[in-house]
Amino acid sequence: MKSAEQIVRDVRSGATTASAELDDALLAVKARNEELNVFLYVDEEGARRQAESVDAAIARGESVGPLAGVPIALKDNLCQRGIPTTCSSRILEGWRPPYSATVVDRLLAAGAVPVGKTNLDEFAMGSSTENSAFGPTRNPLDPTRVPGGSSGGSAAAVAADMTPLALGSDTGGSIRQPAALCGLIGVKPTYGLVSRYGLIAFASSLDQIGPFAKNVTDAAMLLEAIAGHDEMDSTSLPEPAPSLVAHINDGVAGKRIGLVRDLVDGADEDVVQSVLRAAEALAAEGATIVELSIPEFRLGLSAYYILAPAEASSNLARYDGVRYGLRVNADDVTAMNEATRTAGFGDEVKRRIMLGTYALSAGYYDAYYGQALKVRTMMISAFANAYRDVDLLLGATTPSVAFELGSKVSDPMAMYLSDIFTIPTNLAGDAALSVPFGTGEHDLPIGVQLLGPGRSEAKLFAAARVLEIAEGR
Amino acid sequence: MSPSLRREDVAHVAKLARLTLSDDELDQFTQQLSQVLEHANDMSSLDLENVVPTTHPFGLVNVVRDDVVRPSLDRDEVLAMAPDSEDGRFAVPRIIGEAP
Repeated sequence: MKSAEQIVRDVRSGATTASAELDDALLAVKARNEELNVFLYVDEEGARRQAESVDAAIARGESVGPLAGVPIALKDNLCQRGIPTTCSSRILEGWRPPYSATVVDRLLAAGAVPVGKTNLDEFAMGSSTENSAFGPTRNPLDPTRVPGGSSGGSAAAVAADMTPLALGSDTGGSIRQPAALCGLIGVKPTYGLVSRYGLIAFASSLDQIGPFAKNVTDAAMLLEAIAGHDEMDSTSLPEPAPSLVAHINDGVAGKRIGLVRDLVDGADEDVVQSVLRAAEALAAEGATIVELSIPEFRLGLSAYYILAPAEASSNLARYDGVRYGLRVNADDVTAMNEATRTAGFGDEVKRRIMLGTYALSAGYYDAYYGQALKVRTMMISAFANAYRDVDLLLGATTPSVAFELGSKVSDPMAMYLSDIFTIPTNLAGDAALSVPFGTGEHDLPIGVQLLGPGRSEAKLFAAARVLEIAEGR
Repeated sequence: MSPSLRREDVAHVAKLARLTLSDDELDQFTQQLSQVLEHANDMSSLDLENVVPTTHPFGLVNVVRDDVVRPSLDRDEVLAMAPDSEDGRFAVPRIIGEAP
């Protein structure tokens, strides 16, 4: 499949049309969607309309946006007006949002062509896309394995060459982990860089929307198009979108990069080897590699699995059968609320609501929630301290390559551990990305993670580009 | 050290969270949630007396805009997605007392 960059160039020059590119994407979806369960909904009609409007603008000689004619997949927790949006939950089945997320409006303005909505772990809670009310998504590189999660459908759409770009959301690793398992670039931007308006909330102080792509330039193009201040999100950073594509070849000469022991310890040997080779590749381009340890990282998982469920228990209180989605009728309103939530939520969502409710309940608040908020402060200080000495950090994205379907579903703690290297960034509100670097067991892709302080996306992309070139891509 | 989670705690929390759990689910959730809380206990030994809690990575400030009337969501479009509505409002089963 052509890169997004190539499609934009060809659409602008007249070598192809947005409609023809969409046809290719729809064919690719039809070829493998039944097998892989990537898209929950394909908006063929809306996509055709958007592609035709891009083609018409070009025919009239008008200028078109930076993503003109590029098909894109949207994780099904992003609202698009009038298009079914489920969060992979029975509780929202059949709901069509009366408004669009800011990112969707920006994509349309940029000329991108949203093709449909992709599968996820219900309410983005999971690391394998097996917790979906609509069945698991399979990894296109090996359909006996998971694509990762929670944005597994979006990762699979790009990995299966259905669309060159996709959007996901990352609360504890839900973009970077599936990107690693599917051999893609996945970016968790700085908290507030991308508007969360229209992203169905899981843990609001951690959630961030970000791109999936097959190459660094495409990912940077997409992030540029969706980033920047939005008055509809009160946590939106005040500045406009940063310039990313222009800095993609800035390299890493003179940069200090910290190889974090705590972000490789416990990973499989093939993953460790990839990280070490990545460090060598960065050093070969003039970076100084500094080995360091950030012991606070080991507390990340504990803090996250208190804070994220606590926020979720509050955010998901809105699914009460009153205003949207499922209602299971009962004699009085409380019984109706309870019957609706019991029927509408899957096991993992219930587990996290329960955990969060417990951590916030009288008598336990200080011991769990209060303590986790303080650990979050420690995490932020630990990162800030590291960034006084180095520009970026390097480690593994995940402890292993893609695991087999069903291998972790019955053991929540084992599943949670697959996010152990990605969680610290979310707690700090910083930026990080995963870039494919080498392959491991069963010839499956390995992702290495680059982490930076808030607003360091340009540096992260430049470093990722160095690794991409080292891999001959 | 925090006390371990009991089955009746889980039943109480389910009630607070408006979820009905079967006996089997209660057993399973007690075991699974205990495991996560046990993992979280590695935080309880830390002395964080003087650490300020973080609720938001960059510190929230109030965001206000001028109080000017703007178009909002279309009422009919919103109500069309509700499970039940009546006279331009969301309709729910009775809340207090007997139905008239």
